[in-house]
Amino acid sequence: MNILLVGGGKLIYFLSRSFISKGYRVTVINNDRDESTWLARNVKATVVYGAWTDPQILMEAEADTADAVVAITPNDQDNLAVCQLAEMSFHIPRKLALINDPDNENIFIKLGITTVFSPVKILSNLIEQRFSFEGITCLLPVEEGKINITDVVIQDTFPVVGKKLSEIDLPDDSLIAYILRNDTPLVARGGTQLFAGDHVIVITLPENHGKALKTITGEMM
Amino acid sequence: MLSKKSLYVVIVGCGRLGSFLANRMSSEGHGVVVIDNDETSFNALTLDYSGFKLVGDADEFAVLKKGRIDQADMVIAVTRDDNSNLMVSQIAKNIFHVPRVIARILDPKRGEIYRNLGIEIVCPTLIEYDYFTKLLEKPLSESGKGNEL
Repeated sequence: MNILLVGGGKLIYFLSRSFISKGYRVTVINNDRDESTWLARNVKATVVYGAWTDPQILMEAEADTADAVVAITPNDQDNLAVCQLAEMSFHIPRKLALINDPDNENIFIKLGITTVFSPVKILSNLIEQRFSFEGITCLLPVEEGKINITDVVIQDTFPVVGKKLSEIDLPDDSLIAYILRNDTPLVARGGTQLFAGDHVIVITLPENHGKALKTITGEMM
Repeated sequence: MLSKKSLYVVIVGCGRLGSFLANRMSSEGHGVVVIDNDETSFNALTLDYSGFKLVGDADEFAVLKKGRIDQADMVIAVTRDDNSNLMVSQIAKNIFHVPRVIARILDPKRGEIYRNLGIEIVCPTLIEYDYFTKLLEKPLSESGKGNEL
């Protein structure tokens, strides 16, 4: 697979290294002469020095042979332009854009760039989820946190201890999916009783995450 | 102007062209908001400019919203950065459905590519090129300084 990386900084360096170690062919477009020279010496990638969104430079980087383009410049307008050029002039099948201003996520999607990631959003979600409570681990934010899968260890102080699942009033659109008891997974059913020490796997949405955890732990998140 | 109806115009970028357009549209009685991230750029506006000035980065969605781009009749994107102009004008056209959107694109290669996005593109380089070509096609004697070599 040929990957075209557009941008600069540490991110470009480590991403190229990581992709190359996985066996991908990497081409980098970088707009800083010294950094380009440094990258060319330190990474086994083809490095093209020039303006990120100059069609001529993209051509030199053989954008028409790329399977995916990843735009990670510090400017959202440049990332948008890279992806749109990739689409309109070079027909690159997969386009990924980094978004600095989280507000731009919906804009990019509406303008046709569907694979976007916002470090601010990902980090702030992660930080909030990690800091929320001892014994609660966010296992997996699906689609950048649109759905959260959380592991909660039931303590004997929790109001749900001894209760059946059908008696626990979780918010709409949240769900206890599995229970891990002594390392044995149990499918959660209405009649299943909860005990201290159980790990419950909770599926929530961002809007009911706090409420669901409060119902289980009895504490304000 | 054909209609006397006052328009609400958002101008992004208050450089030489942006400030010129802002002054002119304001004096014609239109409601104008001019956005630029450099406050000193507003010095180019005349004393009788009666529109609004908004300091901010037009790539930031919140700034565009503050400029009430959703209610604009016309958006003109004339910053120094082609990509900013393209992004702002696409937001205006495709998200806020602003009736008239004009962007200046300095790079002629990209002007062509973006022409089919529904945005009116003004490419100064191409305009100058056309003008120069016409000048050069004129025989020397017609150009006023007919000095045969």
